[in-house]
Amino acid sequence: MIALRDVFKRLGDRQILAGLSLNVPKGTNFVLMGPSGTGKSVTLKHVIGILKPDSGSVRVDGQEVPAMDHDQLMALRRRMGYLFQNGALINWLSVEDNVALPLKEHGRLPKGELQDRVMEVLRLVGMDHAAKQFPPSISGGMKLRAGLARALVTKPECVLYDEPNAGLDPIISQQIHELIKEVRDTLGVTGLIVTHSRACATICGDHIGILEHGKLAVEGTVDEMVHSEHPLAKAFLGGGAD
Amino acid sequence: MNVLAIVGSNLVTRVNDAGYVMDLLLRTAMAVRYVPRRLRFTLDMAFNAGVRALPVTMVVAAFAGAILAMQTGIELRRFGDTTVLGTITALSMCREMGPFITGVILAATVGSSMAAEIGTMKVSDEVAALEVMSVDPVNYLVLPRVIALAIMCPTLTVLSNLIGIYGGSVIAENNLAVSNELFWNSAREALTSSGTLLPKEVYVGLLKALLFGIAIAIVSCAAGLRASGGALGVGLAVQTAVRNSVILIIVLGFIVTWFFYFLAG
Repeated sequence: MIALRDVFKRLGDRQILAGLSLNVPKGTNFVLMGPSGTGKSVTLKHVIGILKPDSGSVRVDGQEVPAMDHDQLMALRRRMGYLFQNGALINWLSVEDNVALPLKEHGRLPKGELQDRVMEVLRLVGMDHAAKQFPPSISGGMKLRAGLARALVTKPECVLYDEPNAGLDPIISQQIHELIKEVRDTLGVTGLIVTHSRACATICGDHIGILEHGKLAVEGTVDEMVHSEHPLAKAFLGGGAD
Repeated sequence: MNVLAIVGSNLVTRVNDAGYVMDLLLRTAMAVRYVPRRLRFTLDMAFNAGVRALPVTMVVAAFAGAILAMQTGIELRRFGDTTVLGTITALSMCREMGPFITGVILAATVGSSMAAEIGTMKVSDEVAALEVMSVDPVNYLVLPRVIALAIMCPTLTVLSNLIGIYGGSVIAENNLAVSNELFWNSAREALTSSGTLLPKEVYVGLLKALLFGIAIAIVSCAAGLRASGGALGVGLAVQTAVRNSVILIIVLGFIVTWFFYFLAG
């Protein structure tokens, strides 16, 4: 589904990605870990086409993302969801209007169906009771869940998760992890997850890769990575991590 | 050498900024077909802009008109002809002072708030969220703001002109012994003597106000969309928005006056 090959990216005077290659098969969750500033979020932005690589290939379903024109890029984005660290909800819209936004903007559904679809995803993330509330009046965990609902409302084939549990307490984090897992298991959605959390990686992931100096230093299945002797794998996934 | 490098780098930055603003203006113009879809949001924006700027504009316009009448009246009294005070006050307010005062106040109150709102959205990834949902930030965020100020700046300018002339009339009657009747007759004659439906003094002033409104909104939205680096970046965006808006108001005001009164006669 998602394939990056030898991707290089420089931002200002810093080489962020330096030959990154990774592969995310359809219907699986790939967890991308690594120290801060190693290019994890930058990788997600390449996949959704917000950033273009200096060189290398970024493919989604075999289509080269950097080569897409505006219309192709818009079409790709409609097939993908993106969960931002803080949910990135629009402050002046209620939770339900935030979730409905991508459907309303693209006029995909009649009003009644649209409302049903919005409530369906809000129920899925446990936010149906807060549909009428506005972002400034809800907690960080609720914002994330609403953000996840918005990412899922268009029935995407793939969701990119940017630190889905950053700043959350362990209980809310656990709920978010279960949700991400459920999205993969019940909806068959492919996921690329950026996180620092061992719990998130081991609960949600099928494969884990750890970035260092702009490329994957080590990668493998969750089991392989948890038992790996690689110093980065031990630091991020060892017993003392999280 | 170092100085040259700094000057060169600053110049490149300014040219880049100007290019970004022009590009945003073109993209907004091309998004005009979305106005019906954004009508409700646009009207909300226009209402908020009006409410926010109206009290300050009225106070400043009243005093500006009063000061204008006072300063002009002092000189006219020396020549013993204060009968044209209404004419001078009305023409100055409509041609220059009304649009200028309204533009500067809108830049300070509404433009700064636009830059802060969009800047905050930018640094908290809300603008990126729109992009990944295939929602164009130009037609969703910028277009309604530009249309709102294009409506409100001329509207507030008309009120500002009237209040300014009224402020002048109060000073004329109380301090310069020019009767209200004489002042208003002289003002009315100056603004209607052209025989056209909308006298040149009024439509040139309103054109200025329209251009100021568009310029303030575009410059402020551009500053917000280019914000980065958290709260500090938002603060810088607000500063850039107000500074550039005021510069543009003065430059555009000069160009329009020069065009209509010197180039096109």
